Amino acid sequence: MVEKSFKITSSDGVHARPATVLVQNAGKYESDINLHYKEKSVNLKSIMGIMSLGIPAGADVKISAEGDDEQEAIDHLAKTMENEGLGE
Amino acid sequence: MTHLQGIAASSGIAIAKAYRLEVPDLSYSKNKVDDPDKEIKRLHEALDVSKSELEKIKEHTKKSLGDEHAEIFSAHLLVLSDPELIQPMEDNIKSDNVNAEAALDETANMFIDMFKNMDNEYMKERAADIQDVTKRVLAHLLGAEFPDPALINEQVVIVAEDLTPSDTAQLNKEFVQGFTTDIGGRTSHSAIMARSLEIPAVVGTKDITKQAEKDVMIIVDGLGGNVIIDPTDEEIESYKQKRAEFEEKKQEWAKLKDESTVSSDGEHVELAANIGTPDDVAGVLENGGEGIGLYRTEFLYMGKNQLPTEEEQFDAYSSVLKQMGDKPVVVRTLDIGGDKELDYLDLPDEMNPFLGFRAIRLCLERDDIFRTQLRALLRAGVYGNLKIMFPMIATLEEFRQAKAILTEEKEKLINEGTDVADQFEVGIMVEIPATAVLAKQFAKEVDFFSIGTNDLIQYTMAADRMNERVSYLYQPYSPAILNLVSNVIEAAHAEGKWAGMCGEMAGDEIAIPILLGLGLDEFSMSASSILPARTQLLELSKEEMKSYKEELLSMGTSEDVVAFVKEKANLA
Repeated sequence: MVEKSFKITSSDGVHARPATVLVQNAGKYESDINLHYKEKSVNLKSIMGIMSLGIPAGADVKISAEGDDEQEAIDHLAKTMENEGLGE
Repeated sequence: MTHLQGIAASSGIAIAKAYRLEVPDLSYSKNKVDDPDKEIKRLHEALDVSKSELEKIKEHTKKSLGDEHAEIFSAHLLVLSDPELIQPMEDNIKSDNVNAEAALDETANMFIDMFKNMDNEYMKERAADIQDVTKRVLAHLLGAEFPDPALINEQVVIVAEDLTPSDTAQLNKEFVQGFTTDIGGRTSHSAIMARSLEIPAVVGTKDITKQAEKDVMIIVDGLGGNVIIDPTDEEIESYKQKRAEFEEKKQEWAKLKDESTVSSDGEHVELAANIGTPDDVAGVLENGGEGIGLYRTEFLYMGKNQLPTEEEQFDAYSSVLKQMGDKPVVVRTLDIGGDKELDYLDLPDEMNPFLGFRAIRLCLERDDIFRTQLRALLRAGVYGNLKIMFPMIATLEEFRQAKAILTEEKEKLINEGTDVADQFEVGIMVEIPATAVLAKQFAKEVDFFSIGTNDLIQYTMAADRMNERVSYLYQPYSPAILNLVSNVIEAAHAEGKWAGMCGEMAGDEIAIPILLGLGLDEFSMSASSILPARTQLLELSKEEMKSYKEELLSMGTSEDVVAFVKEKANLA
């Protein structure tokens, strides 16, 4: 399993557009991918899961991936976080 | 065959079969099934059809409204692929042996309730998203269709109770020959959009949706306001003839496209167009518009879930200004409230929205929204002939405040080293009777007036223009209205300013001779009305119309006015 932590820098938190792109990109991989925020963890391939977290600006989140393509998945999603201006 | 009388909302004649734009009956019964795997397969088939429809709608929206509006469908598509939603549905079918309809509906409702109960506007909207998409899937499970203007791929006439702004924005002129609705009037949103798209339309037929079944032939006569359901062969022939005559007339008008608008005694007036989006500009130029007399900026704010950014607005405004070159473009600042709501602003419901917190009233209180728009306008003004107009001004103080904010933002931009429009006029829309009465005082401070007759009439007559029971009071030719209009024009001219009109009345063949005589400088109307108006104005003598002014203003009723004008201006 691989993991990577991020701090949400976008002033709107994890908002509609970036959430959509994250889920779209997560869906491209076979691995199980989860997003962790506080004590909760949701399937990153689920738009409703992500939105139900209501992640605000400044939050610390973690993405984990487990499966054959876990490394590619996490690299791609890290890039997505950055491109969408979400966090670093 | 059945004949219905409605209101001619957009000229032209359409003959095609009916496409009913309505939510189908989605009632279902919860059943036990013998073969859960077959149910799951049915569920996935319905999901797949729905996804491919949403893809089409998304592509179409992207083309007609831009990427941003299409994004909502990306989210809808993800909902339909969401494992956290689909898995429980499958589990439900397997463990309880229920049919796919029940599994879908119950699972979706669980999520909808969860989102609805969150203390967050944004999440509540997601509940609506889930509701929207599951309806589509449910329809397919039930063997019904879930219509959408973007899915139309053959020639049809749309039949609906009413059309929403997003429906009309999606209409593809290649396929949609015309539309007809139960409710609405000449100034309702759908009617205005029909004219700007140049699609024949008859609105306010009261019960077209009850009378017209799917696929039945329909004639929409946008010239006479008639709708014929299941016409006879003779009727079809006769309307084809009428359609050809109308096309011929349009070609005659088209010859005047590049002519200027000069009355028979050599007086020039400006014929401008009302638009809602940068895409409408092409139609304005094709129809020989000499300017834009009203750019309604609301569309930038509607059909989204957040305010448009300064950049988005800058792009839209500068696009319009560039396309129009040195021709004037009057941009009306945000006019929201009344019948135009924005969910994301979360404004409280009002008893009397038309008399409430809307337009400039809202902008002066929420000046963050107002300032963003003004900055975008000031920056875009560099690219053309910008004029800024404030809507719903009732007092001089409101105008002064709005103008002070504009000046502040201009100075800020200059200090930031940003290029801004240097010289531009700042005027007001006259739609509140108090302002029309006080026009003399206003004229000293504003650069121009544009009379918004749709609202001026309803406020002067105290008659809701959406209420059919008082529609007899919606009287553009009432001497009360004419006196107010005349007062505004005289006040403007006394200060060397200009007066225009951007309500529907400006393009009306009975009003045009009156307005010419009252001295109106600029007539702004639907693009499709410009060439007929020019044709009419070329034949009219301003001097003659002016000589009737006192007589018209002292008349007692609308009927007297209409009878008089019809005779003097040779109208049938």
